[in-house]
Amino acid sequence: MNYIRNIGAYFIMLAWVFRKPKKISIFWKMFMQEVQYIGINSIPLVALMSTFIGAVISLQTASNMDNPLLPAYTVGYITQSSIILEFSPTIISLILAGKVGSNIASEIGTMRITEQIDALEIMGVNSLNYLVFPKVIAAIIYFPVLVIFSMFLGMFGGFMALVISDLQSPETYILGLRSWFDVYNIYYALTKTVAFGFIIVTISSFYGYYVKGGSLDVGKASTKSVVVSSVVILIFNFVITKLMLL
Amino acid sequence: MIEVVSVNKTFGQQQVLFDVSATFLQGRVNLVIGQSGQGKSVLAKCMVGLHEIDSGNIFFDGRNFSAMEKGEKSELRQEIGMLFQGSALFDSMTVEENIKFPLSMFSKMTKKEMQMRVDFCLERVNLSGVNNLRPSECSGGMQKRVGIARAISLNPKYLFCDEPNSGLDPKTAIVIDSLIKDITYEYGITTVVITHDMNSVMEIGDSVIFIFQGKKWWEGDRYSIMNSENSEINSFVFASEFMKEIRQSLKGQKP
Repeated sequence: MNYIRNIGAYFIMLAWVFRKPKKISIFWKMFMQEVQYIGINSIPLVALMSTFIGAVISLQTASNMDNPLLPAYTVGYITQSSIILEFSPTIISLILAGKVGSNIASEIGTMRITEQIDALEIMGVNSLNYLVFPKVIAAIIYFPVLVIFSMFLGMFGGFMALVISDLQSPETYILGLRSWFDVYNIYYALTKTVAFGFIIVTISSFYGYYVKGGSLDVGKASTKSVVVSSVVILIFNFVITKLMLL
Repeated sequence: MIEVVSVNKTFGQQQVLFDVSATFLQGRVNLVIGQSGQGKSVLAKCMVGLHEIDSGNIFFDGRNFSAMEKGEKSELRQEIGMLFQGSALFDSMTVEENIKFPLSMFSKMTKKEMQMRVDFCLERVNLSGVNNLRPSECSGGMQKRVGIARAISLNPKYLFCDEPNSGLDPKTAIVIDSLIKDITYEYGITTVVITHDMNSVMEIGDSVIFIFQGKKWWEGDRYSIMNSENSEINSFVFASEFMKEIRQSLKGQKP
């Protein structure tokens, strides 16, 4: 019963989030701050994860390619496909659900328990629109940027791993990366990313905004937002894949 | 003037306010007092619309706030300033940005006019020169004063203060009380102060209502409260031995 109430409250929240901002100049200032927090501050983590996981994907693929009938460039092709189709959009989004989602839930939750949200409401500000809308827009614009960045670094990580380990020549790996490349896969990956960005920001904001109690409850809300966002991401990953690839 | 008419409020199965009616006059400091957990903060939050009331009406100068749509309430709230118990300053902003926020959100002032207004408000609460401090760098008393400066930045018609003295030393508490009183008289604001601090009652209580078990139990002013025969309010006002001694000495002076 509680789940149904939460789903209803979530959609009512969205109706208040998606309103015209009272002042565009203030929205723009908030948006740029969120680009910093959600986008730019996530670059080091995304870079580190993508490079190493790209390297591991290529090494694992190479270690399993002992069939002489398979061409050597298959390693590059599989690395490219794995990174574009699943690793960059989904795994990076799950990682960002932990980093960005928990940050949003605890930020908004702390504002709630310290009455800062009440102060906004008393002033006549639509607090959901003011706090959440810039985050949503920043996420749906900058998550795809992060994911494209992750794709490049993942493939670069694979390149470095194979070349340093002397498992493959750079030309063979690059030939693999370019083989059967389908631009539609990029559309698919970015569509997923936009959906995941929306899910992470709105679910985290929901748990932060409606937190009740004290600092302990903010911590619980933060954890819950990460868990629920991750589960919803996995469900939508399946749904979007079914709709777009099959 | 704010009129509260037969307000009832329930949380789940528990009724918190029972048929509360009161009038809060313009240009006066109106106090709502009572022990913790009796419903006085709930009443204030109902009055500003942070809690929806179950029944009754709340009028701001004849405008029925409780019957308004959310958009209309937002418009009216621009006439309300509120000082919160924990100050509720935006911790991501400096003192200056906190005071400037309602101005940039709702006024059509130029940057220069906004700066002048911020400086005026800070000067009014005796805090000139702290513009660039973060709330975390301010003491409790300073935070309250910044809260007052933010609350008055848009020239509100109504000022709500939720336990403005909580956590402050007696001397700073008197400074905050005096500030609230001065601002109320100077600008003719309808001020509602929620408190359980008897010093505040004596300092600024132009009109006082006592809430007990969710009901308006008593109404009067800071003078009549000392001579009230109501047993519940006496047990609140003269809770300490010191106050009991004062009461005895006052009775002894009676002819």
